Amino acid sequence: MSDNFPQVFDARGMRHSIDQFVEGLVTNYADVLETISAPFLHMLVWIEQLLRTAPWWSVVIAVGVIAWLASRRILMALGMALMLCVVGLLGLWDQGMQTLALMIMSTAISVIIGIPVGIMMSRFSWLRRIMLPVLDVMQTMPGFVYLIPVVMLFGLGKIPAIIATVIYAVPPLIRLTDLGIRLVDQDVLEASRAFGANPRQQLFGVQLPLALPNIMAGINQTTMMALSMVVIASMIGARGLGQEVLLGINRLEVGRGLLAGTAIVVLAIIFDRITQAYGKRQTAGGNS
Amino acid sequence: MSKIEIRGIYKLFGDDPEKHLEQAKAGMSKEQMLADNGHTIGLRDISLSIEAGSIFVIMGLSGSGKSTLIRHFNRLIEPTAGEILVDGQNVMELGTRDLETFRQQTMSMVFQRFGLLPHHSVLDNAAYGLKIQGKGRKEREEKATHWLEQVGLAGFEQQFPHQLSGGMQQRVGLARALATDAEILLMDEAFSALDPLIRREMQDQLLALQAKLNKTIVFITHDLDEALRLGNRIAILKDGELVQEGTPEDILLHPANDYVQSFLQDVNRGKVLTASHALSRGSLTLTTRTQPAKALQLLQDKARDYAPVLDGKALRGVITVASVQKAQADGARDIANYLDDVTSVPADTGLDEVLGHMLREQQPLAVTGENGEFVGWLSRSKVSELVSPTPEESQ
Ligand SMILES: Nc1ncnc2c1ncn2[C@@H]1O[C@H](COP(=O)(O)OP(=O)(O)OP(=O)(O)O)[C@@H](O)[C@H]1O
Ligand SMILES: [Mg+2]
Repeated sequence: MSDNFPQVFDARGMRHSIDQFVEGLVTNYADVLETISAPFLHMLVWIEQLLRTAPWWSVVIAVGVIAWLASRRILMALGMALMLCVVGLLGLWDQGMQTLALMIMSTAISVIIGIPVGIMMSRFSWLRRIMLPVLDVMQTMPGFVYLIPVVMLFGLGKIPAIIATVIYAVPPLIRLTDLGIRLVDQDVLEASRAFGANPRQQLFGVQLPLALPNIMAGINQTTMMALSMVVIASMIGARGLGQEVLLGINRLEVGRGLLAGTAIVVLAIIFDRITQAYGKRQTAGGNS
Repeated sequence: MSKIEIRGIYKLFGDDPEKHLEQAKAGMSKEQMLADNGHTIGLRDISLSIEAGSIFVIMGLSGSGKSTLIRHFNRLIEPTAGEILVDGQNVMELGTRDLETFRQQTMSMVFQRFGLLPHHSVLDNAAYGLKIQGKGRKEREEKATHWLEQVGLAGFEQQFPHQLSGGMQQRVGLARALATDAEILLMDEAFSALDPLIRREMQDQLLALQAKLNKTIVFITHDLDEALRLGNRIAILKDGELVQEGTPEDILLHPANDYVQSFLQDVNRGKVLTASHALSRGSLTLTTRTQPAKALQLLQDKARDYAPVLDGKALRGVITVASVQKAQADGARDIANYLDDVTSVPADTGLDEVLGHMLREQQPLAVTGENGEFVGWLSRSKVSELVSPTPEESQ
């Protein structure tokens, strides 16, 4: 080990000033941030309550119906409903519903943020030049690093868990929305311009529909990545399946960890199959 | 009145076209421009005037700038310099909104690669222009259905584009363009992707539609036969420059240079040129009322063996010197009863058909106009010259 790498600037001092900056943020803006995040928290709590208090069979039926709407295949719908039953059979229904609520919320937020940002990136190449490295950083920076400031700002709980999850999960959706729009057949777009379509009509009538398979692939990726964050999210107070895994690790209870892990995988499969089936159907209905 | 007029259009592709415009105006070649500063000259100093109600054909080899030019008419491509006037209005001055309205109302376009919306049914595709115009569903569907029927696609309304053959997709594109009722129709190699049979059919359909609708059509093609068949006027582009512009006959009979000539090589001249191109000059005509003595006098003056005889304007027959002499000997008042029959062909008969008549008959062939009026005699030597020109002839 060697300590004599030349010191160009005061890295230690920099660390310090970053710390102070974040602390400053916390003291000055914590209240504001809490007010802003309150509606999201309410919504999450509402979804969670809904899922946890509803009879288990109604949730199972709802998932089956959604799977059917996405795929129009009865077998698929039945399969997905049965998969969800597995979570209950593992004795993890309640935790599963908590995780499901977190997933739904962070996927929704990711879509609300990701698709518009992706659209903007496809429009403005300068924005793309800025965003691409930012997305790289978001995807490669270890989650724990941004957990610290997020926790400092929002405290432990569900909101920081969602923020951390969204930061980690939104990049693929942004990328694929941008890519999907840029890959739209230029001949079709030109035709719509030639008939006098305005930018809004071009976007909603041509670009987004034709990019939909890619966007759905992005949403699929986003849900997968969000699920892989649940354990980390549980470290900052999001309860659910992640917490079970964490307990398993802490107490060296392999069984507990394994069952919770299995339940996470099951949820992942459900999300994956449903979003993929929807994306595929979009592709098949349109161009061959 | 000219419907579309463009003046001095220049188009440079590259990062900073304005900067290099002067060089292009000074006549720098396309290759040199590309080597010097990486800009491509798309169009150089194009001025054209397109008559209302005509079919204007743009021809040229691949890369000669045809697509670039046609996209200037509705400003899908912005010129680097020059003016575009439609109905006397300067299209270059239109703001974003007005340009959108202009594209919705005044011009519609058919594309070489169709440009259909893959996620919409054939019906919705045909109705697309109307939807953009903001028309209600009922009107859209009525009109789209009507035009799909017109192009022979009744019954396919609920299909999706990928379920149709190329030719059928092209018809959807045509229906979509016609449905908007725009006065100007831009067609960029609209028939190139089709096989010869369907292509021919589509050409006929276009001509039939044009006879009914009287639109102004700008039509791009690679194919001279198609150009000659459809075009009232033809413009030929080479490397972004206008090489020649004129009627099909102009182009065929007086090609401006070797480039144009090279297009003409394989064309079926016998189909394009008609009897009206091969008339002999200075005809003597008699009427059924002409007195035999007068007739003989005229024939001898002009040193003719025979002459056409008209009744009013209509051709009645032909009279020979021998018949006139017989009429005179008989003491007839006029030559009406001494006529021989004559074979005639309409002026718009293709020369290859005329050639058939020529081979079958030794008698002179008369050429008649639309209402059967006498236009002139067919010149045998001109026919053979036109059908297979000698090398000097084509210079
Ligand atoms: N967006 C562009 N950027 C750069 N150069 C272009 C662009 N569009 C066209 N060009 C150039 O302009 C020239 C004319 O192209 P254009 O597409 O008009 O040819 P065309 O006559 O339609 O050919 P084709 O018969 O193959 O369709 C070509 O040399 C092409 O390289
Ligand atoms: Mg082209």
